Amino acid sequence: MSEIDIETARRVAHLARIEVAEEALPGLARELSAILTFMEQLGEVDVEGVEPMTSVTPMRLKRRADAVTDGFYPERILANAPDAREGFFAVPKVVE
Amino acid sequence: MLDLAFSEPAPRVISGAREEWELVIGMEVHAQVASQSKLFSGASTTFGAEPNSNVSLVDAAMPGMLPVINEFCVEQAVRTGLGLRAAINLFSQFDRKNYFYPDLPQGYQISQLYHPLVGEGEVLVDLAPGIGRRVRVERIHLEQDAGKSIHDMDPNLSFVDLNRTGVALMEIVSRPDIRSPEEAAAYIAKLRQIMRYLGTCDGNMQNGSLRADVTVSVCRPGAYDRYRESGDFSHLGTRCEIKNMNSMRFIQAAIEYEARRQIALIEDGGKVVQETRLYDPDRGETRSMRSKEEAQDYRYFPCPDLLPLEIEQEWVDAIAASLPELPDARKARFVRDFGMTEYDAGVLSAEVESAAFFEAVAAGRDGKQAAHWGINELFGRLNREGLEIGASPVSAAQLGGVLDLMASGEISGKIAKDLFEILWAEGGDPAEIVAARGMRQVTDSGAIEAAVYEIIAANPAQVEKARANPKVAGWFVGQVMKATGGKANPQAVNAVVLARLGIED
Repeated sequence: MSEIDIETARRVAHLARIEVAEEALPGLARELSAILTFMEQLGEVDVEGVEPMTSVTPMRLKRRADAVTDGFYPERILANAPDAREGFFAVPKVVE
Repeated sequence: MLDLAFSEPAPRVISGAREEWELVIGMEVHAQVASQSKLFSGASTTFGAEPNSNVSLVDAAMPGMLPVINEFCVEQAVRTGLGLRAAINLFSQFDRKNYFYPDLPQGYQISQLYHPLVGEGEVLVDLAPGIGRRVRVERIHLEQDAGKSIHDMDPNLSFVDLNRTGVALMEIVSRPDIRSPEEAAAYIAKLRQIMRYLGTCDGNMQNGSLRADVTVSVCRPGAYDRYRESGDFSHLGTRCEIKNMNSMRFIQAAIEYEARRQIALIEDGGKVVQETRLYDPDRGETRSMRSKEEAQDYRYFPCPDLLPLEIEQEWVDAIAASLPELPDARKARFVRDFGMTEYDAGVLSAEVESAAFFEAVAAGRDGKQAAHWGINELFGRLNREGLEIGASPVSAAQLGGVLDLMASGEISGKIAKDLFEILWAEGGDPAEIVAARGMRQVTDSGAIEAAVYEIIAANPAQVEKARANPKVAGWFVGQVMKATGGKANPQAVNAVVLARLGIED
């Protein structure tokens, strides 16, 4: 049985950039543990020698030719940006 | 496969305050695939476009957009793999590498962690004639590039351009087989050369088509050999990774600095912490990228939007059959067929365009002569004027014409240089220029006899000197050459002068 502790829950939330209030963390940890434990039942099935299934239909990865068929609409790309200047997205400063 | 024999050099040793240390370097080279459109979208890859114009809704990660792979990009990665004598995996798969950054709208990069397209290969890194390092390549996988953030346009904001987002990269991962800063630069140069021969990457470092992450560690002499024997990394020191460099000079400076930093740290009783660092070219030092400390958990998982990439052996075989002659083979052939030195062969085969130019000049002619003129006259001149071979004012056919005129004795080597100058400045047909401007070498013995007679008659004192000291005869040859405007055949003049003066040859 998987046990997600509060610290792990906090870390996962941070990595996903989801803000979780401190008092909500214990409940979140419990729920994540329950989900993982539920999924772990799959581990009981013996899959020795069984190829992993990647699609429910026998499909080949679709390919396209190398041609420029899209783009050239910066105004559409920037339409939802909270802030855009001179054709760029403008975001709070990120500097290493 | 044609190869030249070579031996491996000793590793670079740095003397610390107390002990001697060896360098161990591995590289991840990101090479942009020379494709028209992106890896998973139909947006253009053209460099220098207006910001956010080469962006599709797929690249901008709009909800519901799905990636469709560019088959040409797959082919280029396979070609590159074959060029590095690598194993091609008929089954490969794409994974998501999750992290947050403003220039990565998806919140993940599609890459290949668990099942890369290309497996183990190798690169022979040329260091000097007869000296080379065999660097093992661990893998090559296909992945998406991120966008570009610009930090210096506003004091409080970063500006993001997604034009590069989703462009196809080949990540070429080496084993830690590189042993000095110079070898690191030579390794990239060799990869670049091979990919330019293959046409899979334009190799333009300035535009970011070729970038490298470099891992550096130091160890005591002998430790590296124990690692190679056992494959056990614990014999090596803790490594640091220096991210995202696109200049040979900076790569070398960063390695040098980082090695010395680690040595000083260890000798002071400290420990190297495995971390990601950035090279600051203004200060000439590396520093820790603190933001990466906790973000290293990429939570890779198979990309649910993409089926596994399955390719057929027949397709790989067809690509293999279409590979051009690669630099090592071409260099070896130049040495063998044209009798030139390995150094000259290396110069002439360095760039695919210059090699093709040289072959056109050498075809059906004296290879050594063609090499001499190619390197000394043409390449030397191009270098001085900062021109690429493609912009050479003198074509291969014209240079070949000059060589033909020399070979047939119509012009001397000295006149050939004048002719080259004329071709460089004015162009035209070499044979026609020689005929029209009276540059043909005088081999007519009557004309030479007359010129020699005239000089001898006018300089009785010199004649006496020459009879006493045969070396002075050279003075007469020089005078005759001057009088004929350099068009007399020097050997013929020499013979006539000696005969006239009664000096034994």
